[in-house]
Amino acid sequence: MDIILSDMQEFITPVPNFVMKSEPIVIKRRTARQLGHLDALESESIHILREVAAECANPALLFSGGKDSIVLLRLAEKAFRPGRFPFPLLHIDTGHNFPEVIEFRDRRAQQLGERLIVRSMEDSIRQGRVVLRSENQSRNAFQSVTLLDAIAEFRFDACIGGARRDEEKARAKERIFSFRDEFGQWDPKNQRPELWDIYNTRVHAGENIRVFPISNWTELDVWEYIAREQLEVPHIYFAHTREVIRRGTGLLPVSHLVQPKDGEQSENIMVRFRTVGDMSCTCPVESTATSVDEIIAETAITRITERGATRMDDQTSDASMELRKKEGYF
Amino acid sequence: MSVIDSTALDNIELLRFITAGSVDDGKSTLIGRLLHDSKSIFEDQLSAITHTTSKRGMKGVDLSLLTDGLQAEREQGITIDVAYRYFATPKRKFIIADTPGHEQYTRNMVTGASTANLAIILIDARKGVLVQSRRHTYLASLVGIPHLVVAVNKMDLVDYSREVFERICRDFAAFAEELKLHNITYIPMSALNGDMVVERGDNLSWYEGVTLMDLLENIPIDHDINLVDFRFPVQLVCRPQTEELHDFRGYMGRIESGSIQVGDAVTVFPSGLTSRIKEIVTYDGPLDHAIAPQSVTLTIEDHLDISRGDMLVKTEQKPQVVKEFEAMLCWLSEQALDPKRKYLVKHTTRIVKALVSRINYRVDVNTLNREAVDIFRMNDIGRVTLKVQQPLVCDDYERNHATGSFIVIDEASNNTVAAGMICPLEG
Ligand SMILES: Nc1nc2c(ncn2[C@@H]2O[C@H](COP(=O)(O)OP(=O)(O)OP(=O)(O)O)[C@@H](O)[C@H]2O)c(=O)[nH]1
Ligand SMILES: [Mg+2]
Repeated sequence: MDIILSDMQEFITPVPNFVMKSEPIVIKRRTARQLGHLDALESESIHILREVAAECANPALLFSGGKDSIVLLRLAEKAFRPGRFPFPLLHIDTGHNFPEVIEFRDRRAQQLGERLIVRSMEDSIRQGRVVLRSENQSRNAFQSVTLLDAIAEFRFDACIGGARRDEEKARAKERIFSFRDEFGQWDPKNQRPELWDIYNTRVHAGENIRVFPISNWTELDVWEYIAREQLEVPHIYFAHTREVIRRGTGLLPVSHLVQPKDGEQSENIMVRFRTVGDMSCTCPVESTATSVDEIIAETAITRITERGATRMDDQTSDASMELRKKEGYF
Repeated sequence: MSVIDSTALDNIELLRFITAGSVDDGKSTLIGRLLHDSKSIFEDQLSAITHTTSKRGMKGVDLSLLTDGLQAEREQGITIDVAYRYFATPKRKFIIADTPGHEQYTRNMVTGASTANLAIILIDARKGVLVQSRRHTYLASLVGIPHLVVAVNKMDLVDYSREVFERICRDFAAFAEELKLHNITYIPMSALNGDMVVERGDNLSWYEGVTLMDLLENIPIDHDINLVDFRFPVQLVCRPQTEELHDFRGYMGRIESGSIQVGDAVTVFPSGLTSRIKEIVTYDGPLDHAIAPQSVTLTIEDHLDISRGDMLVKTEQKPQVVKEFEAMLCWLSEQALDPKRKYLVKHTTRIVKALVSRINYRVDVNTLNREAVDIFRMNDIGRVTLKVQQPLVCDDYERNHATGSFIVIDEASNNTVAAGMICPLEG
C-alpha cells in the first residue's frame, strides 16, 4: 500500500553541549520521503496560481518572454490544464526589447493557444503620459505608467508576475500577495500580514494585488526547473558572440540605442544574458555556457547577483528598486 | 512510486527557518554572518553594504544591512518587516526569514513564523531573557514551529563567559518548561565575530556542542505536515467542456496532509456524500498515488455536487464540522477586536462570516497568566469562541496545521487582522 508512509524510524538529535536533560533526546516519528525542493516550490506556486484564479475577478499574467515568466507559464499549464488559463497574458512592451525575445513571446503565446495583450510604452509616450529626457534613455522605470494604464483599461484586479525575492533587497521584503492602493503604490512599511499559505486577495474597486508565485525561487532553481521541464528560452540566454562596450563595471550590448562614446572601443566577445530587460541597460556577462546545464554550472558558482551583474538601473542608488516599486513597478 | 521516481536527483531537502528575539539582539547580523561565512554573499552585495557602512562613518561591514533592505530600516537601524534570504549548502537548501524584534512589528514576526520549520531565538548575553524573547518564544510555540534553537549572542561582550551562558540557559529552560517545549538546542555565539556560527572560533573552547551551521544542515526535519489524515480542500473545479473532454470534471487543489491512491473511498465535506477516486491527474501524466504537499487534480467515480470550499477526505479519517469553536487568536491590527462586529474568516479555501461570541482570556506573555479582558488590541494573544455562518471542515491545529489555521479579515478595510488556531474540539 503506502510505501511512502511506511517506516517508523528513530532519530537522535545532534547532542548539544548544554542539554537540559541528562540523556540525549530520542524522538520517535514517522518519516516520509519528502518532496524535493523543486517539487515543493512547484507545488507552492501552483497552489498560489489557483488561489488567484479562484478568488480574483479579473487577473492577468505578466509575460515578458524572460526566463522567470517562461517558468510561470509552465506552472500555469500545470495548474490549469486540461482547462484553459483563467487569465490573459499581458506584456508591457518598452519598445527597447530584444527582437528575438519579442519573437519568442509571440510564438510561445500562440503555442499555448492563450490570449496575449500587448500594451506599449510607445503609445504612452505618444499620448504624453510618459515624458522621456532622451530617446535612448532606459525605459525600465517608466513601464509602471503603461502597466497602471493597462490595469485601469482592463480593470485587472490582480497581476501575476515572475519577480523573485532573491533578486533584490526590496523584493526580499515583499509579500507573495502584495497589495497596491488605487494609485498602484506599494507601502512597504504597512504590508498585510501573510500567514501560513492562506492568502488574502480582497481589494476594493480600483485597488489591485500583485501576485508573485515564484517568490521563493532562486535564479538557480529557475534554471534547474528549465532543465527539468526542458523549456525553450530565447537564444540570448546562451553564450554567443556579441559586440559590446565596457562601461563602468558592466558590458553594454551595442545596438541602435547604445553606440560607443568617444574613447570607447567596442569588442566582440562571448557573452550571455542573465536577464532580458530594456536593451539600453541590460548587460550581458562573459560566458561560454551554450547549454542549460552549462548555465546551471555557472549559476551555481557565480559571485555576482543577477541584478548586480545585469542591471545598470539598479545601480543608480541604494534604493532604486524600492522607489520604483512604490510607484507601481512590479 | 511514480511520485518519487519522477523527482530529479538534484532535488534536495528544503529547510525554512526564522530568527526571532528582542530588538537589537543581533538577528539581522546573525543572518549576515551565516551568509557571509558560508560564502553565500555575492560580491556586489558585499561591496554595496561595505559602501553604505562607510558612508555612515563606520568601519568594516554592517552585516545587518544584508537583510534590512528598506530605506526606513536602514535609517533607523532596525528591522521593520520580514526579509527572505536564500542559500544552499551541498546538504540542504535554506529559506531564511529575518523577523523584526520590535513589539510594534510583531505581526510581521508572526508572518515569518507561520511557515517555519525551525526558529532561532536570539538572546543578548548582557541582557538575558527579556519580555520580547518570551513573547517570540511563546508565538513560536503557538504556531507550532517544531525546532527551537536558543542563540545566546554577543558573547564577546561578556568575555565569552560560560557562567553567563549557563545562567541564561537555565532561565530560558524554566520558561520553556512552562510552555512544554522540549528539544531545544542552546548555542553561545558572537554574530559579530562569527564564533559558533559557521566557524567554531577560538573564544568558546569550553563549548563542545554543535555550531549553528552544523545544526541547520543536519537536524532531521520533522514533518510538520500530518502524514496520516488525507485532506484535500477544493480550490477550483475544472470543466474544460471541449469535444474530447466533454464529461471531464476535475477537482483541483493541494493535498494538505496525508496521501491518496486511485480507488480510495472518499467523503466530501460538509455534504457527507461519498465516492471513490477515479484518477489523479497531473500535467505530467496520471499518478496512482500522491502525497502532501503535492498539487493535483482529482476525478471521482460519481457525479456529485462539489465546489470550491468543499473538502475531500478519506472516508475513514473524518474531520470535524463545526459552526462554533474555540481558537487562539493573535490580534494583528491597530484596530482593536470589536466583538459587536462581523468579520470574515478564511479557512482552507472557504471564506465565511464570523462573530467572536466570547473572549475567554488573554495570555500575559511574560507570566503566561490568563487575564479576563473585553477586547483584544494589537499584539494581544488569547482564546476566543467564534461562531461562523457556514460550517468549517477542520481539525485542531495541533493535529493538523493546514486544516486548523485560519485568518480573520476585516470586511470594511479588507485587512488581515488576526491569525487563528483552532483548539482541540470536544466530541
Ligand atoms: N558586540 C556584538 N555586537 C553585536 C553582535 N551581534 C549584533 N551586534 C550589534 O547589535 C546591534 C543590533 O544588531 P541587529 O542585527 O541590527 O539586531 P536585530 O536583532 O536584527 O534588531 P531588530 O531586527 O531591529 O530587532 C548592531 O549594532 C550589531 O552590530 C555580537 O555578537 N556582538
Ligand atoms: Mg533585524
